[in-house]
Amino acid sequence: MLEETLKRIQAHKGVIGTIVVNAEGIPIRTTLDSSTTVQYAGLLHQLTMKARSTVRDIDPQNDLTFLRIRSKKHEIMVAPDKEYLLIVIQNPSE
Amino acid sequence: MEIVYVYTKKRSEFGRQCNFSDKPAELHVDILPDPSLTDNFIDRDPCDVAIQCTQEMSEHEVNTERFDCEPCGINHVEGGWPKDVNSQEMEQTIRYRKKVEKDENYVNTLMQLGSHMEHCIRQNNTIDIYQEYFEEEEIVEEMEGQPSAKTVNVFRDPNEVKRTATSLSWHPDGSCKLAVAYSSMEFQKVTKDMSYDSYIWDLENTNKPEMTLKPVSPLVCLEYNPKDSHILIGGSYNGQIAYWDTRKGSQPVEMSAVEHSHRDPVYKVIWLQSKTGTDSFSASTDGQVLWWDIRKMSEPTERLVLDPSKKGNLDNALGAFSLEFETTMPTKFMVGTEQGVVVSCNRKAKTPAEKIVCTYSGHYGPIYALQRNPFFPKNFLTVADWTARIWSEDIRDSSIMWTKYHMAYLSDGCWSPARPSVFFTVKMDGTLDIWDFLFKQNDPTLSLKVCDEALYSLRVQDNGRFLGCGSQLGTATLLEISSGLCTLQKNEKALATAMFERETKREKILEACHREMRLKERSRSEQSKEDEAKDGEAEESAEELVACAEREFYEVVEAEMKKRGKDDKKEKEKYEGKDGCKEKES
Repeated sequence: MLEETLKRIQAHKGVIGTIVVNAEGIPIRTTLDSSTTVQYAGLLHQLTMKARSTVRDIDPQNDLTFLRIRSKKHEIMVAPDKEYLLIVIQNPSE
Repeated sequence: MEIVYVYTKKRSEFGRQCNFSDKPAELHVDILPDPSLTDNFIDRDPCDVAIQCTQEMSEHEVNTERFDCEPCGINHVEGGWPKDVNSQEMEQTIRYRKKVEKDENYVNTLMQLGSHMEHCIRQNNTIDIYQEYFEEEEIVEEMEGQPSAKTVNVFRDPNEVKRTATSLSWHPDGSCKLAVAYSSMEFQKVTKDMSYDSYIWDLENTNKPEMTLKPVSPLVCLEYNPKDSHILIGGSYNGQIAYWDTRKGSQPVEMSAVEHSHRDPVYKVIWLQSKTGTDSFSASTDGQVLWWDIRKMSEPTERLVLDPSKKGNLDNALGAFSLEFETTMPTKFMVGTEQGVVVSCNRKAKTPAEKIVCTYSGHYGPIYALQRNPFFPKNFLTVADWTARIWSEDIRDSSIMWTKYHMAYLSDGCWSPARPSVFFTVKMDGTLDIWDFLFKQNDPTLSLKVCDEALYSLRVQDNGRFLGCGSQLGTATLLEISSGLCTLQKNEKALATAMFERETKREKILEACHREMRLKERSRSEQSKEDEAKDGEAEESAEELVACAEREFYEVVEAEMKKRGKDDKKEKEKYEGKDGCKEKES
């Protein structure tokens, strides 16, 4: 079931890569090469933490549900959780 | 007048307590007004009194100390592996991963996250959420507000003893680097600890130059080779030319031999169009223009002496300050001289005498900048003394357009490569002027004070958007100008052409008139020569003219004095109230 979901995500139009990272920063599953994975994992983990703490600082009842970073070349989407992080890099339809 | 009132107290009463009593008022002194004193004063009417009714405020400026930052990178390494797993071992990591994947929590979480993620991905694929609506409709760009320019970056000379930034050159591809030549142009102000280095700056990093160029003598001018962006050529203060290859380090790859170089500082060096891309030429105030091939720097390939009498006499030569070369006209070039004359030369002439084609005079001081308009090569801009002038190649006697005389000396100028009617000038009081003569002819469209010290050099980047100016204390300022000043307006070329043609025609007509007048004068003096049959008639007639002018002048003065004398008399009589008829007598 899980495999299918992840495969389906990867198969969507424009998706460049998918990474699953755990709370310690270990990439559990990735479709990109290892150095890129390590870079994305490290940087996005920090950013997600910062974003989450920002949202919670403003309103402690609130919590971060999704993070989308749109850049000139593509969009990085991060779905955070307490233990894991799902990162997808997509080239949006332009 | 003294007013004295005497208090007396008897000695026996010293130290006694004070006894107060009431007394009616007594007049002690009465000073009456003295009308004669009013003669010492004049009535003042009206009296100006300034009243201000605002809140008093004080101003306070605070600036933080300059913060030096250094860029550094982070090395990412996979981390977080538990102690028992060796991250290098593939087997162990794979095993660990498999273990995590079997975890129930993992599966559940990921299913949830996955569905959420899919939603967003689908969203992205369906519609561009950042789509620009109405983009096709061209927003009619009427000068978005005011033309403006803002400072983007400032590059300061890192040495203690500051030198002038005499020349700037943009990197030919992409313009992400700026080469600045530093030297001290003040004669004999060079101190022992003044460094000779010039720098190449990366536009992003203002703290430290990207590369240092170490010449033997400070560089006055510096140019990137437009064909090969690693090669730079520089002209130095002692007259030598040197070239660098940025891949080979800070020392010059080769320098010209001292005996064959210039004898004065080299003020301008330009790369030529050639198949090999190694030719260049340089100009200096010693009156020579030398051609060099950088593969063989021991001797110049060609030499031209700027002697207006065309005899190749070095003593007569005009010192050259600026050079102009347009790649579309490779055989012609122009030299701006110290004497305020622009000399147009033909490189392919057979004899040295024919090399100098014509001269354009009209400036009072050395010509610091000379450049052809990139859109209209027949017209060129010169910047010298207190004005900037635009010339047409056909009219030799005067410029077709010129700015008013400024308060400060103009030190450099150039055309905008993006718009034919825009040019930039910098002045010794630290201001940058941007002129757009289709918009306003009398004043600059934008005048900006860049810094407090004098600005010595200016260079526009090829896209016309960024420009760099160098100042006396070695500060190179990078400015960005608003898009209105660097995008071609509709009709601009046509309007500029029309303006240039109109001004050229006007000058031609004036020239023709002058010529006619001169011819008439000459024929008249020829006639009088025949009548008198005297030698040196021309000179005498000049003296006569002078004497005549003097006589006329004194006559006019005397007439004025007489008239004034009559007026004075009239005034006096009026004042004394004499009979009106008597006026008529005088």
